[in-house]
Amino acid sequence: MKLLRELRAEGKGQDMAALLERIPYARFLGIEVDRKGNELTTVLPFQEHLVGNVALPALHGGTIGAFLEFTAVIQLLFDTESERLPKTVDISIDYLRSGRPVTTYGRAIITKHGRRVANVRAEAWQEERSKLIATAHGHFLLTPMDE
Amino acid sequence: MTDAGGSGWAQHDIHEHLAHVPHARALGVVMVEYRDGHCVVRVPYAEHLVGDPDTGVIHGGVITAVLDNASGMAVPREHLSPEQRAIATLDLRIDYMRPAEPRQDLLVTAECYQLTRSVAFVRARAWQAADEKLIASSVATFMLGANRATPPGFNNVGDAP
Repeated sequence: MKLLRELRAEGKGQDMAALLERIPYARFLGIEVDRKGNELTTVLPFQEHLVGNVALPALHGGTIGAFLEFTAVIQLLFDTESERLPKTVDISIDYLRSGRPVTTYGRAIITKHGRRVANVRAEAWQEERSKLIATAHGHFLLTPMDE
Repeated sequence: MTDAGGSGWAQHDIHEHLAHVPHARALGVVMVEYRDGHCVVRVPYAEHLVGDPDTGVIHGGVITAVLDNASGMAVPREHLSPEQRAIATLDLRIDYMRPAEPRQDLLVTAECYQLTRSVAFVRARAWQAADEKLIASSVATFMLGANRATPPGFNNVGDAP
């Protein structure tokens, strides 16, 4: 996979912001990443085109789902060197509160990191960390470097 | 979405509804087929939806968003009261079978297969016109009457807008 190889060649193997910049759909959503040491938080600043319900207004459920999927994948890429982008096998999203028109944050935890499959949980919140707006768990197919 | 109080639900309302979902517009979602409880939408291939710049394959998140969008529109409206028509996704589970082919439109078919007084159960599948192979399938549940789902002050203390 060129993308990850290029980033590593530029010494940006763990620079998830540089990775996101090269993925058109990540740019379209406007996803950013905030790194503190080895902790990553994904950030989704509010934009008008992310809205699903103008009456409330609320973020589109798909926007939140896609954001959680990115959060999980970025955590996987940050934790381990891989040859290709992880492939989502399945993802299950629970919507807990409507996403208000403000910045959304995301964190992911790798529950199990196997050789070929990883099990990841991700959560999203807005102003208050304890008030999650959505959670997700999914399985991702990995391509380790040595294959 | 809010409906004018007491008015019936007409098919053209769903087109109106789709036109008023900013994220659906941004993705380029077009309604191809609609009847109460069933819909087919198309998403033309576009560069900004790409998830893998090496291959040009669209991002899984696009499929997630379109499955969610189409599933919501497949919730039958005709026999629901205007209050019940405000729906919220409770959960969405997606299985990805294969990557989408680059430079091809994405199609999503959604159908509501069970409807109770407060919950709608919807399944959907994403495919491409060229070979009709399944890319992803999903099951979703939607709360009906979502605006009134939680009585004021109950279980949502501090959850004020």
